[in-house]
Amino acid sequence: MPWYLELLRAAAGTVIIFSAVAVVAAMFGVLLERKISGWIQSRLGPKHVGPQGLLQTLADTLKLLQKEHIVPRNADVVIFSSAVIVVPLAALLDYVVIPFGTTRWGPLIFRDLNIGLLYFAATSSLVVVGILMAGWGSNNKYALLGGLRAAAQMVSYEIPIGLALVTVAMLAGSLSTVTIVNAQAHLWYVVVQPVAFLIFLTAATAEVNRVPFDLVEAESELVAGYFSEYTGMRFALFQLGEYGEMFAMAAMAVTLFLGGWHSPWPGPSLPPVLWFVIKLYAVIFVFMWVRWTYPRFRIDQLLGFSWKVLIPVALLNLVATAFVVMVLHR
Amino acid sequence: MNGETVAFYILAVITLAGGLVVVTSPNIVHSAVALIPTFLGVTGLYVLLSAEFVAGIQVLIYAGAITVLILFVIMLTEGGTGVRVRQRNEQSALGAVVALAMAALLIAVATRVPWPAGAGALPSYTPGAIGQSFLGPNLLVFEGTSVVLLVSLVGAIVIARKEE
Amino acid sequence: MLLDWAYVAVFAVVGAVMVALPLAVIWLISPRSAYPLKRETYESGMPTIGQAWAQFNVRYYLFALVFVVFDVEIIYLYPWAVVGRSLGALAFVEILVFLVILALGLVYAWRKGALEWM
Repeated sequence: MPWYLELLRAAAGTVIIFSAVAVVAAMFGVLLERKISGWIQSRLGPKHVGPQGLLQTLADTLKLLQKEHIVPRNADVVIFSSAVIVVPLAALLDYVVIPFGTTRWGPLIFRDLNIGLLYFAATSSLVVVGILMAGWGSNNKYALLGGLRAAAQMVSYEIPIGLALVTVAMLAGSLSTVTIVNAQAHLWYVVVQPVAFLIFLTAATAEVNRVPFDLVEAESELVAGYFSEYTGMRFALFQLGEYGEMFAMAAMAVTLFLGGWHSPWPGPSLPPVLWFVIKLYAVIFVFMWVRWTYPRFRIDQLLGFSWKVLIPVALLNLVATAFVVMVLHR
Repeated sequence: MNGETVAFYILAVITLAGGLVVVTSPNIVHSAVALIPTFLGVTGLYVLLSAEFVAGIQVLIYAGAITVLILFVIMLTEGGTGVRVRQRNEQSALGAVVALAMAALLIAVATRVPWPAGAGALPSYTPGAIGQSFLGPNLLVFEGTSVVLLVSLVGAIVIARKEE
Repeated sequence: MLLDWAYVAVFAVVGAVMVALPLAVIWLISPRSAYPLKRETYESGMPTIGQAWAQFNVRYYLFALVFVVFDVEIIYLYPWAVVGRSLGALAFVEILVFLVILALGLVYAWRKGALEWM
C-alpha cells in the first residue's frame, strides 16, 4: 500500500499500543498491585474512588499532573529531562515484537521482526542507560548511587535473560516471536524447559527492580533511588517505564514459555487474545505475589546470585538442551 | 529520491550530529550520552544495508553495554564532577588545516577511484546465514574471538584490581 | 524487511512524542512557585554535605566490564541457536569449546573476586 497509508498504520498502531500499555500496565497494574498487596496483607486495597477503587490510579494521575515541576539547582537539565523520556520509551519499545494473539488476518503483533528476541534484549538494555542518566542528572549523591547500583544490577541480570532467550530460540530454530509461539502449538516450552522458565522469571524480576531485588529503589534505603529528584508527572513516567517493562517481561514469558495465544486444550475455546491476556495476568499475579511475600536481598547477595548461580545454571541448561536437540535431530 | 535515500540522509545527520557533540562538548557526560544517538544512527545505517542482525547487535552492545561502561568509567573518575574540558589549545588552527586536507583527500579518493561493482547477489545477513558461516568456513575466527574475549577479560580484571 | 524497521522507527518517534505529551501538559498547567529552597538537592531534609560525587568503588566498573564480555558471548549464541540443530555434532562441539573458554573467564573473575561487591 502507498507509503502514507503505511505511515498512518504505523502511527495508529503506536498510539494504540502506548495507550493500552499506559492504561493496562501503569494504571490498572498499579491498582492491581495495591489490591493484591492488600489481599495478601489481610486488608482491603483502595476502595473509595470509583467502584471497588477502579478509578484510583486515574485520580492519582490527575493529581500528579498538577504537581509543580521542580528542577533541582545544579542538576544537569539536558540529561535530567532526557532521562524522563528515554526510560519509558525504551520500556515501551519492547512491545513491538510481542504477539498479543492471532486473528484471521494473521498474528496480532506490531511488527514480527526477524530478529525479535535480539530486539527485545537490545531495548531492555537501553533502559539501563536511561537510569544512569536519571541518577546522574539529579545532582544528588543518593540518586547517583541508586542509579549506579540499579545499572549494575540490571546489567548483571541481562545475561541470564539472554541465555534463557537463546535456549528458547534454539528449540524453535528462530528469533521471531511469532515463529516461537507457533512452534508451541502442541507443547508449551515451559514443559520442556522449566529451568529456563524459572531463570527467566527470576531474572526478569531483577531486571525490573522488583522485590526481592528492589534494593535500588527501596524506600527505606535510598529515598527513592535514582528518581528521588523527580516530581509529579516525571515520577509517573518513570513508574510507567517500570510497570511497562514488567508487563513486557511477563508478556515475553507468556510468548516464550506459555504458548503465547494458544489454548491449553485443542478444539474450540476462548479467542486467542483472551488466552494471552489470561496468561499474562497469571504471570503478573505471580510477580506481585512474590513481591509481597519475600524480603529484600542485599546488593552483594543480589549480584552474587546472578553471576554465581543463575549464569552457571543457565549455561549448563543451554549445553544440556543443545545436546538433546542434537541427538534428537539425527 | 525514494524512501531509502531520505532515510539515509536523516540517519547520516543524526549520526554526524551526535558525533559532533561527542567530540566538541566541554561536558564529558554530555559527550558520553551523545554517543547514544550516534550509535542509533549507525544502527539505522546497518538496517539500510540489509544487515538487521548486525543492527540488533549494535544496539545491544554499543548503545546498551558500551555506553553503560563508559558512563561508569566517567562517573568513577574526576571527570564526573562536571569538570569542563578545554576544547581548544594553541594548535587548533593547524589542526583544522590538517583535518580539512585529510577530508579533501578522502573525498577525492572515494569519488574518483573506479570502485569495481561486486558481482553476484548480496550475501545473506540473516542470523541463520551468519551462524552457518562462523560454524563452518570461519570457525577459526570464531574460536579465536572467544580467546580474545577471555584475554581482554583477564587483562581488564588484572588492571582494575591492581590498586590493592 | 526494511518496512519492518520503518515501522519501528515510526514507533520510536511517535512514542517519544506521546511520552513527552504529559510533560507538555504539566509545563502548561502546573503551578510555578519555585523559590530557592525548593530547588535544593534532597538529602532527607538536611542541607547537603559535600558534592554530589564521591569516590565510588571500582566494583561498578568491573561488573559492567564482565557484562560486556558476556554480552558479546551471547551475541555469538544467537546465530548458533538458529542454525545449530541442522549442523550436527560438529557445531555442538564447536560451541562447547566456545562456552568452555568463556566459562573459564567467569571462573577467573569469580576467583579473583571481581564478582564480589565491596
